[in-house]
Amino acid sequence: MTRVAVIVFPGSNCDADTLAAAREAGSDAYYVWHRDADLRHADVVILPGGFSYGDYLRSGAIARFSPIMSAVAAHARAGGPVLGICNGFQILCEAGLLPGGLMRNARLKFLSRPAWVRVETTGTPFTCLYDQGDVLEIPIAHGDGRYVVDERTAAELEASDRVVWRYVRDNPNGSTRDIAGVCNAGRNVVGIMPHPERRNAPILGGQDGARVFHAMEARHATQHAVDVRAVGDRHLRV
Amino acid sequence: MTRAVPFPGDPPITPQLVRDHHLTDEEYGRIEALLGRAPTFAELGVFSALWSEHCSYKHSRPILRALPTAGPQVIQGPGENAGVLRLPDGWAVAFKIESHNHPSAVEPYQGAATGVGGILRDVFTMGARPVALLNSLRFGPVDEARNRYLCAGVVRGVGDYGNCVGVPTLGGEVDFGPSYAGNPLVNAMCVGLLREADLMTAAARGVGNVLLVVGSRTGRDGIHGASFASEELTHESERRRPQVQVGDPFTEKLLLEASLELIASGHIVAIQDMGAAGLTSSSAEMAARGGVGVEVDLSRVPTREPGMTPYEILLSESQERMLVVAQADRVTEVQAIAAKWELTATPIGRVTDDGMYRATWQEQVVVEIPGKRLIDDCPVYCPEAREDEAIAELRRRDPGPGARAPDPAEALLTLLDHPAIASKRWVYEQYDSTVQASTVIAPGGDAGVIRVRGAEFGIAVTTDCNSRYVALDPYEGGKAAVAEAARNVACTGARPLGVTDCLNFGSPERPAVFNQFREACRGIADACRALDTPVTGGNVSFYNESPTGAVAPTPVIGMVGLLARADRAVPSHARGPGDVVCVAGETRSELGGSVLWEALYGFAGGTPPRVDLVAERRLVDFLVAGAERALFRSAHDCSQGGLGVALAEVAMGGPYDETGLGLEIDLTTYGARLAAVDLLFSESQARAVITCPPERAAAVVALAQELGVPIERVGTVGDRGGAVRVRLRDGRVEHRVDRLREVYFSGLPRRMGD
Repeated sequence: MTRVAVIVFPGSNCDADTLAAAREAGSDAYYVWHRDADLRHADVVILPGGFSYGDYLRSGAIARFSPIMSAVAAHARAGGPVLGICNGFQILCEAGLLPGGLMRNARLKFLSRPAWVRVETTGTPFTCLYDQGDVLEIPIAHGDGRYVVDERTAAELEASDRVVWRYVRDNPNGSTRDIAGVCNAGRNVVGIMPHPERRNAPILGGQDGARVFHAMEARHATQHAVDVRAVGDRHLRV
Repeated sequence: MTRAVPFPGDPPITPQLVRDHHLTDEEYGRIEALLGRAPTFAELGVFSALWSEHCSYKHSRPILRALPTAGPQVIQGPGENAGVLRLPDGWAVAFKIESHNHPSAVEPYQGAATGVGGILRDVFTMGARPVALLNSLRFGPVDEARNRYLCAGVVRGVGDYGNCVGVPTLGGEVDFGPSYAGNPLVNAMCVGLLREADLMTAAARGVGNVLLVVGSRTGRDGIHGASFASEELTHESERRRPQVQVGDPFTEKLLLEASLELIASGHIVAIQDMGAAGLTSSSAEMAARGGVGVEVDLSRVPTREPGMTPYEILLSESQERMLVVAQADRVTEVQAIAAKWELTATPIGRVTDDGMYRATWQEQVVVEIPGKRLIDDCPVYCPEAREDEAIAELRRRDPGPGARAPDPAEALLTLLDHPAIASKRWVYEQYDSTVQASTVIAPGGDAGVIRVRGAEFGIAVTTDCNSRYVALDPYEGGKAAVAEAARNVACTGARPLGVTDCLNFGSPERPAVFNQFREACRGIADACRALDTPVTGGNVSFYNESPTGAVAPTPVIGMVGLLARADRAVPSHARGPGDVVCVAGETRSELGGSVLWEALYGFAGGTPPRVDLVAERRLVDFLVAGAERALFRSAHDCSQGGLGVALAEVAMGGPYDETGLGLEIDLTTYGARLAAVDLLFSESQARAVITCPPERAAAVVALAQELGVPIERVGTVGDRGGAVRVRLRDGRVEHRVDRLREVYFSGLPRRMGD
């Protein structure tokens, strides 16, 4: 079982959903309070969505100073998988673990609706069970979701296959190059705006997001990227 | 005689000061008699708040008593922070609706946001985790800039607060009308889930137990909010902006988690939100419920600014504060839990055995009132009720001979574009509707549906009111509000369980308004009895008046239903080409109060549809039974815009679908006596449009007949992106479904300039 640490900041509000999705995928998921300094031997760290510290200054701007963030950074530097969803993505950018930043949506309004994203790379610990080019329907719910990077970095992200998900059909927030998610150079730190934990069961309208969580288990079972797909498929068939 | 002395600097009690506190001479006389002396300034403030309409229900109590409140499903009826109904497997649902109209009229963003905050606290103080929010909004005509400003601000305020706290907004309604121009309506509803065994109440108990304030510090904001809510809006109301509280949803989220942990810990015996009239109402009401006295030392209340007087501390409506009664020996434990959530918990007083409501400043007593009499001695008024003759006259009229019968195909487009009917996607996509990962049916359908993790059942929720009907015929309109809510819940397959109501009216001191109130309540009561949905609480909001007059009577019904199997929730739109389309219920010529007449002729009159409660009950039973047997692919009720709009909505599909489905409908035999326009746009009640796979059509018809519901097969579902064709005896309607979608989804954003 993969040990998945879900970090809880004051104002996190997708922590329970994320924990549940990880557990439903078979992981040993648990909460870590932002004041703690220890990830308790986590294999994977998830920064869930929400409004850490109310996001009164700028989304994620205060959370990055939380005591737990040095442990998260150390985990990331050591190559450990880190996933930031929505507000978690914002925090990872603020903490410098991912390039770019998330600005107010182009329409200047909070937007809650389904989004369609294409899987651009399977070379991350969280997208390895998808096929490249898969189009997923996954909800978004954000006010500050417009991913922005300078042109040079954007080109670099494209060239090094680090755009993880890209909006298709339409771009709901005006992000640079329709980007919905990116990873770092080491490919172990991933940030995505859509909420895969909200679409992991047929009763929720579909399960396009489920493989993000199954990937953590599959990867843990082998540690070999080549074998991951096969294990993942078996896992999904069970 | 009780003892209390003025605080240094208090103004003398003069007749003018009494009037400024919205107390009548007769009420003031009662206060002096009750105390055996003149009140102190702080006491005057306490009476002013607790005897305001908002807190005392002094004009509505006798009428509200006629509402049915009992039933085997009721765990907690009216009188607590929220009503509670029983669900399967030891679960229960707590829910409540409340208005925040006046604050939103002068400060739309904060007014609406704090409305959401207050209703969340009412629910989680019962020990329930909030799982859904809804709202019901009314504004003046959308073509006026001021109304668009109010609408945009209210929607943003509702959204920002609920989104931040992490509770999905699952439904609601938005409508526009001239009567709301000076006085918008902002009603917020919250639904929470709890284990029945964990139910908490707000009755102070145990002499010596300790009162603590948990959460934000007390400031000077919102002083006299309860009295403000109990007066008419005037040009002077702008001055009231500083009385509008400011919301902090981040603190609310911490308060939510801390409160649920405190309740689960067993360290506390009662908890209540410090809402309207702040510390005054929370402490006095908790004491009255428990039949005990309380004593608080106001000098110990943490304040945001120095120099606050007892009067200000008692009446502040600063947000995100809770009053908790802790067991005497558990204060440290309570403080530890608060501290974990980065909140303070400060002991300010204790439960006493002398029945007095007492506030001190250190040793000095500034308020001392017999607690029970403070609540019970509030006068109750039975104002005169008399229907306005102009309304009776309006009911007898129709648009007149000058009104040309419209082309039904054109009329359908006009209706789909009308602000009352056009999609509210522009509004609800600003609300997080999927947080908590339990949303089965998101906004845009008949009712919102959520699953309950670990259980088979789901919960359906809706808010409804057609004020056009209530204005013309308050009794039938009251019935219709309940009936529509029940149909919406039942269309998803859920059995309606109970009601919370938010009764928005003008000044009860005007006989015409009080007649509306009395008759609407009578209608609600009859409908709730017929549909077996007891009223478990709610809110009365009077004095919704501006210089242009009273708002249209708007008794909003919030309803909760139980869906036996959440995975069988029935959506509102067609899903499969080739499916059979049926209309359940009868259509009559009932265009009074219809959107058609308003849209085409600017005429808001006529006799609104009659509500046959026996037929409504049968339709609900049919919808629930059909869903249980998995007979339906979709079910959608007919309401504003009638059968024509309902069929279009069935065809158009979900708000984010790329296209809809065509329909081939033949109405030449159904309702053959009626003219095309009546058949398509009459708003007769107790109707729904069903689709089902062809092989189940016979079973659908048989079930309807068995339950006494008139039903007719009227056509089939067509292709994706196809055309909606309706054959009528004297005409036809044909539109590409994409054209319908374009009109329906662009109506509101175009008007909002977005």
